[in-house]
Amino acid sequence: MKLALAGVSHHTASLELRERVAIDSEAARAIARDLVRASDGRHEAVVLSTCNRTELYLAARDDGVGEAADRALLDLAGDDAAGLAPVAYRLADESAALHLFRVAAGLDSLVPGEGEILGQVRDAYEGGAAGPLLDRTFRMALHAGRRARLETAIGESPASVPAAAAALAQQVFDGLGGRRVVLVGAGRTSELTARNLRSRGATVTAVVNRSVDRAERLAAALGARAFALDDVARPLAEADVVVSSTSAPGFVLTADALTAALRARRGRPLLFVDLAVPRDVEPSLAAVDGCFVYDVDDLEAVVSASLEGRRTEAVQAERIVAAEAERFRAWQASLAVVPAIASLRALAEEIRSSELARVAGKLPESERQVVDTVTAQIVNKLLHLPTVRMKEAAVSPDGLIYADVVRHLFGLGEEGEA
Amino acid sequence: MAELLVWPALIAYGEAAGAYAGGLRGAGRNGRLGIWGVRLGWLAQTALLATQAATTDGFPWGTWAGALNLLSWLVVTGYLAWGSNPRYRLLGLGVMPVAAVLLALAWVGGGTGVHASDGAGWALDLHVGLMLAAFASFTVAAAVALLYLFEERRLKRRDARVLRLRLPSLEALDRLAARVALVGLVLLSAGIVVGLTRLRGADVDVAMTVTVVLWALYVVALVLRREAVLQGRRLAWSLVGGFSLVAAVLPLTHFAS
Repeated sequence: MKLALAGVSHHTASLELRERVAIDSEAARAIARDLVRASDGRHEAVVLSTCNRTELYLAARDDGVGEAADRALLDLAGDDAAGLAPVAYRLADESAALHLFRVAAGLDSLVPGEGEILGQVRDAYEGGAAGPLLDRTFRMALHAGRRARLETAIGESPASVPAAAAALAQQVFDGLGGRRVVLVGAGRTSELTARNLRSRGATVTAVVNRSVDRAERLAAALGARAFALDDVARPLAEADVVVSSTSAPGFVLTADALTAALRARRGRPLLFVDLAVPRDVEPSLAAVDGCFVYDVDDLEAVVSASLEGRRTEAVQAERIVAAEAERFRAWQASLAVVPAIASLRALAEEIRSSELARVAGKLPESERQVVDTVTAQIVNKLLHLPTVRMKEAAVSPDGLIYADVVRHLFGLGEEGEA
Repeated sequence: MAELLVWPALIAYGEAAGAYAGGLRGAGRNGRLGIWGVRLGWLAQTALLATQAATTDGFPWGTWAGALNLLSWLVVTGYLAWGSNPRYRLLGLGVMPVAAVLLALAWVGGGTGVHASDGAGWALDLHVGLMLAAFASFTVAAAVALLYLFEERRLKRRDARVLRLRLPSLEALDRLAARVALVGLVLLSAGIVVGLTRLRGADVDVAMTVTVVLWALYVVALVLRREAVLQGRRLAWSLVGGFSLVAAVLPLTHFAS
């Protein structure tokens, strides 16, 4: 069986070119089915399409499967095929599998270890038309991706400012479920951050803004209460996280105005996420017991350190992927000796059955069953070690010699040649 | 023969403490090395204690050195309850050096060998066991509190690496420290009650007074936490202070006698 991959990604192609071949998951499923149908069922096909890549995986017995994958990719580009051809990559067999394993582990992503790709590979596999080879390849890729995430910290750190803010909140509180968030500022940034926090289980309880009308509009959309900026101390008494992003020229949340309200909290933690430039939150608030203040620079520094950590973890993840790719290689190599093993076992069974048939009439039923069982066990035990050894040897470069020797010694396939 | 088991335990605890210190620069491999050191050391020390128990009539840890041996084991056992969770592994940075020092002192004082029991009776044995378990709980609670203070400091200082070396949340550490201290308080209360049954009109000595003061301090700290007066860093400092009192005063009162 041959495995072929043709694709483009952010490594090789500009966004403009990637857009030409970008497809949604439904289209990817349809294309995979069409490719199988067009080959009269000889090909297996899976199409993986994400923001950063479009890749076609094909498997078949014939050598032309690589060209078929390449042609299918260029067909996707339509009139832009000529522009796409130089930036497309084509990989075969072990190289293609290793690439898929790296993709599933997030090692080929723009942000190393990003979390979505594993799900996207799973969706592509489930929606594709996988046969024996692609089924095994994708299952091993998903396993490699899971191992990379479980055994390293490659996917643990946040890769964006909103994700960093949420992760910091989770370092202060057990989780964001049920946490009360106060938004200071009713602009687009506040809204986006609020939606991010809400998606992680937090509840926006108040929107504070200089213009109460705008605060009320956003509060109504979020199911929160609206407050004027002068009243900011009131919602703060019950808050866990404060997200501030006004366009005010100076500090909006000052120690003088808030100290009394914060003291009443008796050291209960309060996280200020200041996304405004110039800053809204006076830095000296960080000195108040239980208060933690992060501005945009702090959050970007956290993201930067996280990405550096992901790159360090990627080295370990590469080792895991390489080990899984080696397992794949061993499995694929063992396929080459399967016909010889199957022929050997068929021959042994044929001899056993015919010899059993010769004496069957001379034995009572109970004894015949005993002989049947015993001879079957003898055949299995005799062939077990040669079977294991042939599979093991298949991994080595001259491993197929073993299969040829077995064929020669036992005359396997000679009847057909005669 | 039993003493031979001290060395693997000591080496493993020392290795764990070193690995956890290395873990401050980056978790993962160091954390795994640390927890395996703790596990292997704990197994060796458990075998040591089992050998002592099997070859001694009565309570084998009645001497101050023997008590330190048992205390060290209890501290590590308490740590293992959470230390296997990768996020809590750094707790070992506070616990394992203490455990290693306690075991080393026990060895120096001859508390890791096999001795004849003083035959003081089951009530005293139970009293000592409960008190040691309580002190072990206070040690672990103090280690959790130190981890809280360390994490809080990183968050206050806006350490960019705060998410690379992930610890449990402040809230989780605060809750855990209080729970472990509560367990210690219950054990201490039981130890005091058992000790009182042996008093029989004897004079109240310094050791008893200090123990009761310690008990009262922990009661006050935990009640204030329940009333939301003492929480977060204040509770953490209280637990560290309580442990300091245990570490500074009890050797002079209990173990010197």
